[in-house]
This record gives sequence, structure tokens and C-alpha cells, in this order.
Amino acid sequence: MNEKKIIELKNVAKSYDGEVILDHINLDVHEKEFMTLLGPSGCGKTTTLRIIAGFVTPDTGDVVFEGVKINDIPAYKRHVNTVFQKYALFPHLNVYENIAFALRLNKISEEEIYNRVEEMLAMVNLKGFEKRDVNLLSGGQQQRVAIARALINKPKVLLLDEPLGALDLKLRKDMQNELKNIQRKTGITFIYVTHDQEEALSMSDTVVVMADGKIQQIGTPTDIYNEPENAFVADFIGESNIIDGVMLDDYKAKFSGHIFECLDKGFEKNERVDVVVRPEDVDVVPPEKGMLTGVVTSVTFKGVHYEIIVNINNFKWMIQSTDYVEPNQKIGIYIEPDAIHIMKRSEYSGQFGDYSSFSDELDRLSDISEEEE
Amino acid sequence: MQRAAAAPHVVWAVLFIIAPLLFVVYYAFTDKNGSFTFSNIGAIFQASYLEVFLRSLCFAFLATVICLIIAYPIAYFMAKAKPKTQKVLIMLVMLPQWLNFLIRTYSWMALLEDTGIINSVLMGIFGLEIPPLHMINTSGAVILGMVYNYLPYMIIPLHSVISKIDPKLLEAAADLGCSPLRVLTKVVFPLSMSDIVSGVTMVFVPSISTFYISQKLGGGNFDLIGDTIERQFQTAYDYNLGAAMSFVLMLIILVSMAIMNRYAGEDDGGVVV
Repeated sequence: MNEKKIIELKNVAKSYDGEVILDHINLDVHEKEFMTLLGPSGCGKTTTLRIIAGFVTPDTGDVVFEGVKINDIPAYKRHVNTVFQKYALFPHLNVYENIAFALRLNKISEEEIYNRVEEMLAMVNLKGFEKRDVNLLSGGQQQRVAIARALINKPKVLLLDEPLGALDLKLRKDMQNELKNIQRKTGITFIYVTHDQEEALSMSDTVVVMADGKIQQIGTPTDIYNEPENAFVADFIGESNIIDGVMLDDYKAKFSGHIFECLDKGFEKNERVDVVVRPEDVDVVPPEKGMLTGVVTSVTFKGVHYEIIVNINNFKWMIQSTDYVEPNQKIGIYIEPDAIHIMKRSEYSGQFGDYSSFSDELDRLSDISEEEE
Repeated sequence: MQRAAAAPHVVWAVLFIIAPLLFVVYYAFTDKNGSFTFSNIGAIFQASYLEVFLRSLCFAFLATVICLIIAYPIAYFMAKAKPKTQKVLIMLVMLPQWLNFLIRTYSWMALLEDTGIINSVLMGIFGLEIPPLHMINTSGAVILGMVYNYLPYMIIPLHSVISKIDPKLLEAAADLGCSPLRVLTKVVFPLSMSDIVSGVTMVFVPSISTFYISQKLGGGNFDLIGDTIERQFQTAYDYNLGAAMSFVLMLIILVSMAIMNRYAGEDDGGVVV
């Protein structure tokens, strides 16, 4: 990845009516990077994007673009363009004129406008749609017009505010690939906002996990997944069992009444920690061979695997296994040292990672409420 | 069932819309004895009446343009205000309409007269020696009366369309490089075109057919069609000529609106009168 910084946020804070939206965040965006701001609704990710676009002025802190502070430069003079959540296409203009909009503001010859619009239409696979009424396009097509419109001025940075949120799953997957391809081809820095962790992991070079107006972790998708920094990140990215534990010594952690070998070190002796074990890293074994034993409380078939909830010492674990087990069956579990990840305790300790109140329905409900944002 | 439900509306429409129109047409094309004639229509085509028609068209046009110029910024800033403020502002715009039309017109007389309130205030400031500003009984006073009376009908539709424009569109325009002025010309104006047409209709139609404003604020020097028609019924008792004038006025309005709607483009937002 290119090491040259294109955008820097320095100690940026924003509140509305006394409610803190962004709590002094620092963020560096590099050239040609695909960065995703990921977090639940209200975490400040969209506000961060709007501050970069110039629609929101931070209360304190600096927004720096290519080394120059741009706090006071209005949106229309910034070399960044935005793809809006619900497209925001101009309803009085057809596809061609929507895409040509930015060019028409400058004195550019009709011929060059034509060439550049056609180039954009080819890139987003909409050749032949020039004369179409944007109000009659499908969601996916409107999205493509919005992307072409934002890219025609060759911005240095493209901001995307949950651009795929309104599309159905299949189309969303296709558009994810296309966006990634467009980003590689054009070499433009993308800053992408989403609450969909899978989208973030599959598209980004860098993921920025946000919650409560703070940046929780910045890292590559694999770092974020394998080495979450706190209970919030571990829970938000994928499924996690997060258990209270004690670090007895380097490479030695005690939780659920058992001492486990692990690969982590550098904690105080007997420091209380949060232990993360991913459901897919737990092996189901006969009870006598298990490091821990418990009783199965529910089993759900998920296609590639079964999702098993096991009660171990009154803590409900989630285990993903391709082998079927019976509900109420007593099983043992086995955990490899490299499947255990130790985190420092944080304000989020104890809030996440227990599946005792878990149900699919609740999960779905929370997804819907996020989309309504 | 549906027919039965529609019956009261049909009766209403026939009694109060269709029948009066038929009466107008009947009187316009008959003489005092009730036999068919074109002479009423012909009588309009004399210099004095044509002048009245031309003046009415001209005044109504000016009043409409002035209303549009004044109303657009007002509507725009109203639409940008907080929802609570917007409600208060709409109330304030409509407030004068709660007073009777005649009273409002008489109030302007009191304001504009040579010894009226405005001149008294001016004299209070600059001393008695300056000659009074002559405002009443001028064409400007008549147009002012029209603008004042019909301005709310321009503001309300414009406010409603501007407040419905998705703020994201304005952001998108700014994002693509539009300065605040260009956001207006490139996005806000085009998107409010349909309601500019309805606002123009709401001001132009009553302006061209208005009466009394000119009699009170123009001192009888600026006869308008409305006044002339009124005179045929109230003093000259020439119902046939009055009806013929009404008929021609309706045609003028229809043609004006047709031109207006054509001018607004294929947009289906135009108002059918």
C-alpha cells in the first residue's frame, strides 16, 4: 500500500445539542487505499464521512488534505466526491446529464463531455442508457449512475455512504466486486461507510471499527478478525465467545475453571482479561476427552455447519461444527492454543460474547433497525 | 354505488359551475330580445374596450412577475427555516387573508394617500416643506394592490415544492462543484418549475379579472376588465355586453395558461384552468 497520506483527521470532535457524535478521533487515509468505516448506527461513521466531504464542520480538530488544512474550504471546492446512501440522482436530468453534471459546471467542450460520459458509462456497464429517465431505473442501475456521476471529475478521494444498503443480497455481492474492481482500476482512494461487517472484511484494505464516537481499532481485515482489540470489536466482527479470564503467566490463561495454553504474553501476572474464542475454532469431542464439558441447549442447521449452543459452567458458548449433536447431550470441547485470543479488559468487557439470550430473531431485528437509520 | 356517491358532486358542478357558464355564453350571444347575435362580441372591438383589455393583461402580467420575484426568496428561506418557524411564517403570510379584501384595499388607500400615513411619516422626518410623494391613483398603486393581495398564493405553492426538495440533492450538487448560487440555478429552480407555473396561475388569473383594486387605488383612471364588466351589470344593466366581455376574458385566460403550460415544458406539473 502507498504510504503517502492523502487525508488526515487530527483530534476531530463533533457534538449535536450536547450529544457527543465524534470523540476526538485521529485517522490517516493513504493514497489508493480502500478504507472502510465500520460500526453500528450512531457510531459516528457517517459524520466522519460528512466532515471529510465538507458538509459538517468539526467543533475542534483539523481536517488535512494532502498536507493542507481544509476545515474552512466549502464542499464544492474540495477534491472529493460522494456516492450518497439513496443515490440522490437529479430527478430532472436523464442518465447522461446526471453523469455530465460536474463537467457542465466548467467550460468543457461538448465533445469532451460526450467522451468522458461514455467512458464512465462503459465503466459502470450502462452503455445505451444515456437517454433513460433516472426515476425509472432499478436500484442497481441508479447506484451505477451515482458512481459514474461521482467519478467523472476524477476525484482524489471517493466517499461512499452505505452505497449498497438499499440493494438486495445478490446484487449487493455483485456490486461489491465491481466497486473493488473500479477502485483498483482507477487507483482512487475509497472511504466506504457500512454497518455490514462482511462487506467491510471482503472489500477493504483497511477497516476502521467505530463505536460510540470513538475508533475502536484500525487494521487489515485479517487483523481485525483474528486480533480484535476489545470485546466490542470481537463481537461486532463475526461471532465470538468472550469469557472472563485470568492471565496466570505468559502463554497461560485460566477461564471456565480450566487452565489453557495460549500464544499471548506480556500481561501482568494474574491480570484479568477478556478471552475470545471463535465458534468455528472449537472442536466437539466426547466428554471424557474435553478440556471443558457442557450440555447442548440448542442446535440449528445453517447449511455449511450446525450452530450449537452449549451451556458450560452457566456460560452459553456458540460452537460451529459440521458434526451433528443432540440437544441435551453432554459434550466435551477442545480448543487449540492458537484459537485463543487474549484481550485487555475495556469498557465493553462483560457486555458481549455470551449467547444465553441469543436468538436468530433478535439478530434479524437489530439488522432491520440499523438499516432504517 | 359509485354513481350514487358522485351524485351530490354532479349536482353541485351542474348548478354552480356548468349552469353559470352556459348563462354567460347565452347572454354573450343574444340580444335583449333573446335572439342570436354576434353584435355583443363585436362591440368589444372598439378602441376604449381594447385599451382596457390590454391594460388588464399588462397589469396582471407585471403583478405576476413582481409576485414571483418577491415570493421566490421568501419561499426559499421559509423552506430552509426550522419546522416550527416555518409554521409561524406560513401563518404570517396567510394572516392578511383573514381580513376582508375590501378592508385590505381601503387600508392601502389610507397608507398611500397624499395626506396618508406614509406621507405623514415622511413629513415628520424631513419637515413639512417637501411636497407629498404622490402614490395613490397611479398605475403603480394598482399593481401594488394586486401584488399585495395575491402574493400569498405565489408563496404557498413555492414554499411547498421547495421544502419537498430532498436536501441530499442540494448536497449532491455542492459535492459535484456547485457554488451556493449554482445549486439554486442548476437544481432548485428546475425542480420547482412545475409549482412556479401553478403559483403564476394562482396570481395571474385573479389579477387579470380583479375589480375594485383599480377603482380604489387607481382613482378610476385605470379601468380594468373586471371593473368594466361590473359596470355593465351594476350600472349600465347591459347583461349581454357584460357576458360577452366575461366570455372573451375567459378565452384570454385559457390561452395564457395554454402558453404558460407549453412554456413550462413537458413537465406534467402545470395547472389546468
